[in-house]
Parts: sequence; C-alpha cells; structure tokens
Amino acid sequence: MDAFLHQVFSGLAAGGIYASVALALVMIYQATHLVNFAQGEMAMFATYIAWALIESGFPYWTAFGLTVLIALAGGILIQRFIIRPVSNASVLTVVVVFIGMLAIFNAVAGWVFSHTVKSFPSPFPSKSVLGGLLSAHELGAMGITLVVLIVLYAFFKWTPLGLAMRAAALNPVSSRLCGVRVGWMLAFGWGFAAAIGAIAGMMVAPIVYLDPNMMSGILLYGFASALLGGITNPWGAVAGGFIVGVLENVLGAYVIGTELKLTVALVIIVAVLTVKPSGLFGKVLVTRV
Amino acid sequence: MAIDRKRLLLIAVLVGACVLPFLLTNYRNFQLTLALIYAISILGLNILTGWNGQISLGHGAFFAVGAYAAAILMSKAGVPYWATIPVAGAVCLVAGFLFGLPALRLEGLYLALATFALGVAIPQILKYKGIEIWTGGVQGILLTKPRPPEWLPFRLSRDQWLYFVTLFTSGVMFLLAHNLLQGRIGRALIAIRDHPIAATAMGIDTAMVKSMAFGVSAMYTGVAGALSAFVVGFVAPDSFNIFLSISILVGMVVGGTASIPGAIFGGLFVQFIPNISEEISKSAPWAIYGVFLIVFMFLLPMGIAGALRMLLVRFKL
Repeated sequence: MDAFLHQVFSGLAAGGIYASVALALVMIYQATHLVNFAQGEMAMFATYIAWALIESGFPYWTAFGLTVLIALAGGILIQRFIIRPVSNASVLTVVVVFIGMLAIFNAVAGWVFSHTVKSFPSPFPSKSVLGGLLSAHELGAMGITLVVLIVLYAFFKWTPLGLAMRAAALNPVSSRLCGVRVGWMLAFGWGFAAAIGAIAGMMVAPIVYLDPNMMSGILLYGFASALLGGITNPWGAVAGGFIVGVLENVLGAYVIGTELKLTVALVIIVAVLTVKPSGLFGKVLVTRV
Repeated sequence: MAIDRKRLLLIAVLVGACVLPFLLTNYRNFQLTLALIYAISILGLNILTGWNGQISLGHGAFFAVGAYAAAILMSKAGVPYWATIPVAGAVCLVAGFLFGLPALRLEGLYLALATFALGVAIPQILKYKGIEIWTGGVQGILLTKPRPPEWLPFRLSRDQWLYFVTLFTSGVMFLLAHNLLQGRIGRALIAIRDHPIAATAMGIDTAMVKSMAFGVSAMYTGVAGALSAFVVGFVAPDSFNIFLSISILVGMVVGGTASIPGAIFGGLFVQFIPNISEEISKSAPWAIYGVFLIVFMFLLPMGIAGALRMLLVRFKL
C-alpha cells in the first residue's frame, strides 16, 4: 500500500508539471486554435537561459523571475514575427512552421550550451516530506503550479487586460469593434504560454536533468493531458495533467513497466481523439457545413 | 513539344543516374543511395500530406517498421535482401492502413498531434523487452551488406551495386506513383484534400480513399526503410527518433508538396545539406533545417519543384 501511495504521489508531482505544459498549450489553443508543437523546446530553451543566469552568479529566485520575463518577451516576439504572418495560412503551413521552430530551438540550445547533460538546481531543500511520500522539490513544484494557476485565474477574472484577452479569444471581430487590440492580445497569449512553459521547464529540470531533448517526452504528456481534460477548458487541462501523471506512474510501476511510458501518452492521445475528441471536460464543437 | 522535352529530360536524368556511380568514390555512392532512399520516403509522405492533405509528423515510425521487417527477415529467417523489399512494403501497407482507420476521425492539427506522438514514442516501443528476441533491443540488429551477384558481366563495388538496386527500386516506385496520381485516384485524393464534402457528394468513398492513402504512403516509406536497413547494414531504435520524421517532412516541404520530382530534390537536400553544414557545428544542420522550413513556408510554399515550374512558365521554356 505504501509503495502504491508513493507511486500515486510522485504521479501527482509529475502531473503538476504536465498540467503546466497542458495549460500553456490550452492558452495558445484558446486564442488561436493552434497546437504549439514547439512549446516543449521553448520551455527547454528558457530553462537553459535560467541555468546560464544562475551560473553567472544570480541568486535562484532572481534568475527565476528574469527567465519568466525573458520567456514572456520571447513568446510575444515569436508571435509577432513568425506566427502572425502565417495565421491565416493552411494548417500544414502552420504545423511546418512550428516544427521548424522546434528544430531551431533544439539545435541552437545544443550549439550554444553543448549537448552534455547538466544538473539544474532546485530552490527547495533536498529532503523528503509527508512521511517520505514526496521530495521537498516535488511538493514545491506542485505548490508553484498551484500558484501559477491562481495568478492566471485572478488575472483573467479581475484585470481589464485579462478581460480583453478573453474577449479577443471568444469573438475577435466584435472585440476589435469595441477597441480591443486583438493582434496584441494574441501576442500576450503567446507570451503567457511561453512564461508558463518556462516555469514548467525550471521545475522539471532538477528531476530529469537539463539537456536539449529533456522536454520531448513531457510535451507528449502535456498533449495527452490537454486532450484528456479537453483542450477548450483550462481547468480540464490541469485536471488532465494530474490524471495523466498518476496514470503514467501507476501503469508504469504495475502494468507495463517503465520502458513503455511514452506509449501510454500515445495511447491516451489516440484514444481520446477517436473516442471523445472533446475530452472529459471540454466543449463539444459543432461545425456548420 | 512540351511532352517530348519532358521525356528527353527524363532520359537524360536516367542516363546521368546510371553513369554517375562510376565517376564517384564509394562513399559518395553510399550518400547518393541514401538520398534516393530519402526520396522514396518523401514521395510516400507526399502522397499522404501533399496530395491527400493528411498531415503526418510520424512517418519515421513506418520507416522504422520497414527497416525492422527487412532486418528481422534477413537475420532471423535468412530471406535474401531483395525479397525483403516487397515484404516490408506489404507489412507497412497493412500497418499504415490500420493506423489510418482511427486517423479518419482526426482532422488537420489533431492528426498531426497523433502522428507526432507516434513519432516520439517509436524508439521506446522498439526497445521494449518483450520483443527483444526479434528486435535486438537497444543494440539493434547488425546485418552484412549484400554483395553484387556473380552473374554480372562486369565488376561492381558493393556500394555501386546497392546504388543500382536502390535506383531500380526507386524507379519502380516513382513510376507507380506517377500512374497512381495522374489518374482517377490522384484526382480523388486532391478532391478530398481541397473539399471533402464536395468529394463525398461526387461519389468518392472518402473513408476508403483516405485510409488507403495512409496505407500506400506507409508502404512507400516502409520500402525506403527496408532499403536503408541493408544499405546501412544496421538498424537500431535510436536512429528512428522524431528527427527522422522531421527530416522526411523537411524534404517534402523543401522539394515541393504534391510534386513527384520534388521528392528527388527533397532527398538530395536532406542528404547533402547536413553534410555541408556539419562543418560549422554538430547542431548546425538542424538549425538550418528549421530556418529552411520557416523560410520556405514564407517565401516558396511550393518548394524547389514549384519554383522551377514558375521559372519555366515565366521564361516560356
């Protein structure tokens, strides 16, 4: 029983990170109806920036804050210069551009920071808590995920900018008529998504270590979480993240072994998309023909 | 006149392709063979994505299935290398058709997502302990490169012989694709891509054509995989990662979507650009691939083949 509980808790810890990635994906999907394949690599690159800042002597939380700001600015710039020109193009064009970004970030990270695996510091003490069920880092990472969620909720609920962003995502034409600068709202959406991804990257790096391919598996779980929870619903995506985290750990420990963990994500993705494309908590989309 | 000129060009290219291996070193021959193999798999992806509009980011998985089918047949069952090509093709046809069935329910972005997941997960599946007796696990399978046969009237080196095997196979595959895509089926594929509802109204069995397109596309990529298995002489899980799928995608985009000759340009690009750029840095090829992907989408969405066609029209050649 103890071993099982341990699996569930470390599943929840991993789930927090998947939830953040899923949230970043939903953020961009809500605003533009696109799924950002480069999300994982953007987060990885931001984590390298954090690493470089810490190496050059900044204290952890200063580096953390700076990285989030850099990621925010980077996301906005990417949307303005790379995504906006193709926003009305075919799906294939957009997907190819995302894959291009994925390749560039991956290669440049390897080029600038070398391919050797690096360890990444954790801001939390290295001891276990809750009677050995979780490490302090895992608990801290979950806490940070929750803080991010609350901040986002408050932002979208109570600030004028959040309201404008929601309006722009819901009905771009009417919002533009009301004076909302829809283009910039989309850019902010990308910025926030990049910032959330950066936080997820910094939280996962102490566990999986830092290398240019560290996010590829996590991105897959992020996709699975977002789809399982419903890609139209941010809360669903977060719930999906925790469900996928627990599922992955429990199945990995008792049913299929750790080697096929990525296949769990593949099966979840294909199953959700074919059986219930709207996910557990998503809106059913109806298309008029 | 135009058709005659086209035929002349084709003959010239074929003659050139037959003479070239005698002028090059073995290593260059080997690289040229790999470029042809890429070209076949790019043509496969093009049938699915270019003509039929179903985006696949996981074609490396079918490449892997073809390569492993060939390698297992050669090492475990002692099947001669040339006979593994049709078998690998058939295996991938079935695999692709089966993956195409759930894919029917997925459109655009979602299909891209599902195939992306397939492409990321495939190395792990290949390493799975339960099938290790067949696949050799993490180590993969080592094959002996086939020798040129005794009945040849003149002597060829091993790499030259493999080049001609690949050239012949790709000739057959390109001819098949040409005949398939010029006719009824090709038009049905394009109709489904451009307007699925109208296509159904015209009496096209959309579901059947889409899953068959997936199957045929996977077959092409599987044939390429089988060729690569004995040309390289080695298969291992980590050579079939997501970046193989992306390479095939890069080849398709740069060569030209929905273009048969485009696949050859794409194959040459994917094979030789990394060679040149690797001299800058180990990571440079991927950065350059990425930049090419984005630049082509912005400036030349029809790829090299489309650009050449435009030039021909512009100068009335």
